[in-house]
Amino acid sequence: MTLATAIKTGDVSQLPSRRDEDWRWTDLRGLLRSLPRQPDHADVSTDGPFAGLCGDLFLVPNGFVEGFTHIESAAGEASVAELRFVAADAASIATTVLVVVRAGASLTLLESYEALADGAVSAITLDIEVAEGGRLERIVLAADGPEGVTVSTATVRLAPGADYAQTVLTSGARRQRIETHIAHPGQGASVRLDGVYLLRDQRHADLTTVVTHGGLDGETSQLTKGVVRDQARGVFQGRIVVEKGADGTEARMGHHALILSDKAEVDAKPELLIFADDVQCAHGNTIGALDEAAIFYARQRGMPEDVARAMLTEAFVGEVVDRIDHAGARDVARAWVSAQLGTGE
Amino acid sequence: MTAMLSITNLHATVGEKQILNGLTLDVPAGEVHAIMGPNGAGKSTLSYVLTGRPGYTVTEGAATLNGDDLLVLEANERAAKGVFLSFQYPLEIPGVPALTFIRTALNAQRKARGEDEIAAPAFLKKARETAAALKIDFEMLKRALNVGFSGGEKKRMEIFQMAMLEPRFLILDETDSGLDIDALRIVSEGVNAMRSPDRGMLVITHYQRLLDYIKPDRVHVLSAGKIVASGGPELALQLEAEGYDKYVQVAA
Ligand SMILES: Nc1ncnc2c1ncn2[C@@H]1O[C@H](COP(=O)(O)OP(=O)(O)OP(=O)(O)O)[C@@H](O)[C@H]1O
Ligand SMILES: [Mg+2]
Repeated sequence: MTLATAIKTGDVSQLPSRRDEDWRWTDLRGLLRSLPRQPDHADVSTDGPFAGLCGDLFLVPNGFVEGFTHIESAAGEASVAELRFVAADAASIATTVLVVVRAGASLTLLESYEALADGAVSAITLDIEVAEGGRLERIVLAADGPEGVTVSTATVRLAPGADYAQTVLTSGARRQRIETHIAHPGQGASVRLDGVYLLRDQRHADLTTVVTHGGLDGETSQLTKGVVRDQARGVFQGRIVVEKGADGTEARMGHHALILSDKAEVDAKPELLIFADDVQCAHGNTIGALDEAAIFYARQRGMPEDVARAMLTEAFVGEVVDRIDHAGARDVARAWVSAQLGTGE
Repeated sequence: MTAMLSITNLHATVGEKQILNGLTLDVPAGEVHAIMGPNGAGKSTLSYVLTGRPGYTVTEGAATLNGDDLLVLEANERAAKGVFLSFQYPLEIPGVPALTFIRTALNAQRKARGEDEIAAPAFLKKARETAAALKIDFEMLKRALNVGFSGGEKKRMEIFQMAMLEPRFLILDETDSGLDIDALRIVSEGVNAMRSPDRGMLVITHYQRLLDYIKPDRVHVLSAGKIVASGGPELALQLEAEGYDKYVQVAA
């Protein structure tokens, strides 16, 4: 039961509902009584959030994969790709994009969800493959509208020696889930899996990840931070599975959220399922408010209260942004954080 | 003429608890006054009440700086007027480099006073000179403020911030605690360098050794929420020899 199937069949009973354990905080069945119409072809003339970073452009307006069949980084080469999923109409959009990073190649994938029209229902699927010694840094900026419903599902297969890094930045939607499944073979492969959600009003964002360590000596480092205010709701579901035989695995998962209003909510489920020996796995999960003593300290030095709060909030999220490798993408992420928190100059 | 800092019959509560019980104290411009007193007497509470910490409620009395009512101002407005507190326990500010924190604070103060922001080169030059004088490694100023700093390093950072912000009235709450012998001398020199005819200081301490370096004009004993004795520098020596016994009884 997936949103993609529901859109393809037009059958809303195929939508995931809160009865599914993995969807209990992101109910779609109860939300959508019907699905919007099929989309028309659309022309997009606006720039995406990563314009100016000199990436090859891969445009997917209203779910139509146009002018390319898949994104591929040839062996030994380094490239930057700008992949834009643009909802130009409030339609039902289902699409799949294949991304291949060949052996020894390096790709920076700058992926954006853009809502030119609010109220689209989108099911976006990415199939990602990184071959031996390949490197992929995927930065996702999800800028859905307040009425949009989006489910993005990426399935990532890594070869030994592959290096995969991901940072999801989202301001949420009416309901939104960004899901990542990674098959981690160990043997020199490493994974960084990060996220930032900054939510206000009645927005919802769900970051769900599953990393399955199937081989020796794999490394995963995961850090997600969120800030929710008003009546917004953040969901984090992080699962790391260390299969039998995946000895020597090192996995670290952190999820930390700030709740800035009484009516905002964060639901978190960090899970480590370990079936191997000699592994180092740890997870930390904190949900709280800003440190009032630190705010007083900053105010004693002269900062007005709103400046002090914004500074501490931005610094809280900054730790995740700093982990982005690509300098241009890091700057975009930083500016996005400032804009979301209202601290831009 | 009223003193620079004038506190009259100050009563304050924290939560439900009455901590300050009619505290009266004047610090004229250009003078350094020391406050000594037993643990729990209300010394830090006084510093928080003067700087406007939320949760500290004044129930009676007044406090003015150069004739302006301090108690009606927000904490940041008091800072912009020139009140600086060197905290007994400085806070850690994760993710904010010390220099960024201080520049943000300085510019916020300047803005509140209707002054222009400080230019980045001028700020950096001043930071380098001040750090050198206080024997602070400049690299440390690029790290998140106070995060992972030792107790003594945090105290040194308080004095660094003070020197950068150039406040008009200084409150030092046990700035000597946690400092090694060399650091005590360096920090004291930093404080003495700020002594001037238009600046006042309130130095809270338990030990005479700080007052060997920062020579006070007056010494006050704070016990059970009020000033129970005042005198010249010799009072500190007498307290060191005799303890607080007789003052605790006076207060009770
Ligand atoms: N939030 C609070 N709620 C209740 N009582 C408090 C609170 N904060 C401080 N107190 C009490 O107020 C009294 C005065 O505390 P304060 O920190 O001002 O003492 P002090 O003179 O600075 O002591 P020290 O020399 O140990 O630093 C103490 O009895 C303390 O327990
Ligand atoms: Mg104290």
